[in-house]
Amino acid sequence: MAVFLASLRTPRGLLTALVLVLLAVLPLLTQAFDQRYLLSIGTRIVIWAIAAVSLNMILGYGGLVSFGHAVFFGVGGYAVGILSANGLHSGWLQWPVGILAAAAWAALVGALSLRTRGVYFIMITLAFAQLVYYVGAGLEAYGADDGLNISRSRFPDVIDLRDKASFYWLCFVLLCGTLWFCQRFATSRFGFVLRGAKSNDLRMTALGFPVFHYRLAAFTISGAFGGLAGILLANEGAYISPAMMSWIKSGDLIIIVVLGGMGTLFGPLYGAIAFFALEEFLPPLLDLGGKDWGEYWQIVFGPMLILIALYARGGIDSLLGRTQAHHNG
Amino acid sequence: MAEPLLRTDRLIKRFGGLVATDTVSIDVQPGEIHALIGPNGAGKTTLVSQITGNTAPDSGTIHFAGRDVTRLPTHARVRLGLARSFQITSVLREFTALDNVALAVQAHAGHSFRFLADARRDERLRAPARRGLEAVGLKDRSDTPAATLSHGEQRQLEIAMALAGDPKLLLLDEPMAGMGAEESQHMIEFLRALRGRRAVLLIEHDMDAVFQLADRITVLVYGRAIASGTPDEIRANAEVRQAYLGEETAGTA
Repeated sequence: MAVFLASLRTPRGLLTALVLVLLAVLPLLTQAFDQRYLLSIGTRIVIWAIAAVSLNMILGYGGLVSFGHAVFFGVGGYAVGILSANGLHSGWLQWPVGILAAAAWAALVGALSLRTRGVYFIMITLAFAQLVYYVGAGLEAYGADDGLNISRSRFPDVIDLRDKASFYWLCFVLLCGTLWFCQRFATSRFGFVLRGAKSNDLRMTALGFPVFHYRLAAFTISGAFGGLAGILLANEGAYISPAMMSWIKSGDLIIIVVLGGMGTLFGPLYGAIAFFALEEFLPPLLDLGGKDWGEYWQIVFGPMLILIALYARGGIDSLLGRTQAHHNG
Repeated sequence: MAEPLLRTDRLIKRFGGLVATDTVSIDVQPGEIHALIGPNGAGKTTLVSQITGNTAPDSGTIHFAGRDVTRLPTHARVRLGLARSFQITSVLREFTALDNVALAVQAHAGHSFRFLADARRDERLRAPARRGLEAVGLKDRSDTPAATLSHGEQRQLEIAMALAGDPKLLLLDEPMAGMGAEESQHMIEFLRALRGRRAVLLIEHDMDAVFQLADRITVLVYGRAIASGTPDEIRANAEVRQAYLGEETAGTA
């Protein structure tokens, strides 16, 4: 707590606090200004931020470029959708099943892919994600390519997910929980091993760490949080489809993490906000310049990413100044 | 002699047509400093890498601390008490000196599947790590990122990391490489102080250091151990002189 209060004295800390407060009261703002549509963007930002934070656990802290993270959107989402289509509507059942399924799938993929490095790791994680994508696209009973409208998870007498504001707040609380866990995780003994292995895995092995086991655990945890994001995504639109786990979504997640700042706590959140804000507001902005320019917003977005990659390697987070000094004692 | 701490028995490792390790049987007794010398390409690094478990031998066995470890993965050998430093300095560059040693302590403090408590505030890791840094003379550099330490300091840091787990055997791959004369002498003093208390397998090019420190020396040439004995015996060995030492080091004492 003292650390948190101290961090408020820095511009970075103030901005983070401001962003969190704005997100916390977003439903009130959108209601006051009658901009319901913004709440739906906000909900997607928060859900994607959870997924991006979970990807950051392995990508940012572990240095493992997983190019199939959107698969956990799919596993979590389809767990909800399939149970719901079979008459099992209780969120108390659906959510644990979705998270456990995502964790189990992550453990399996990790057990095979983490034996490889670099480009091979990227390709194997992508291949496994595509595998699930095509399974989803082949599930005739669950809408195949077209996807499936589902009814939202039910938590009787606790929360009604059909209420947009309640659902948003639930997502926001879960994002805060995910960030809290990630913060503890990064500075824990486990996080040290993971970050040490990113820095020099040969040395970590020589110190006596079975690096593979720690990476596998990190991959599994990351998948579990990814599954949670998938569960929320399915509930957000009351809809599941293979598109939620296409490789493009996996790429978007990597872009969000890199854009926001790999290996930083709030980077993925900044990245998600920037990504959706640009996607939403760049086209109308460009339309001001000329008719239909907005359609080509990615022509502007692409070079922005390149500039970030070239000149702001720490992403948006690094633009906020140096991180607070590490605590040593 | 007591049961050796480390013993390789007729190790063979081939790379294509090259026999990098040719039927090598060496041993290290508890508390002794055993130096491994040989010209470049003699197969020292390949032998070390088989002892640490980074390379699997084609045949032969390795016993360590009373167990056959030939098929054991690296991290399991480390758990048994085998610690090493690398020929090319290998530290965690983004971490501070203290973090580096704390991680080495952590490696021997049970499993690390602990997700919530802040490891930087854990005195069970930090206190031994501070003592380790002090022992190698890096106390004042605790909070310096390892990447910005001088080369010699990084080598000292590696020793502190290797010693953190209180290993039975310290495997030092050219610990003096790239060091200035003064730094080398410090390192020699430090290693001399370990003599009798901890077994060391020392791979070193610096002949001054080897003859000052070693209880026993094994000479490796073209993958074969051509001689093994006390420094005096090695100095007097005609085959060694011809194959390796040459005239300029023959008079070193």
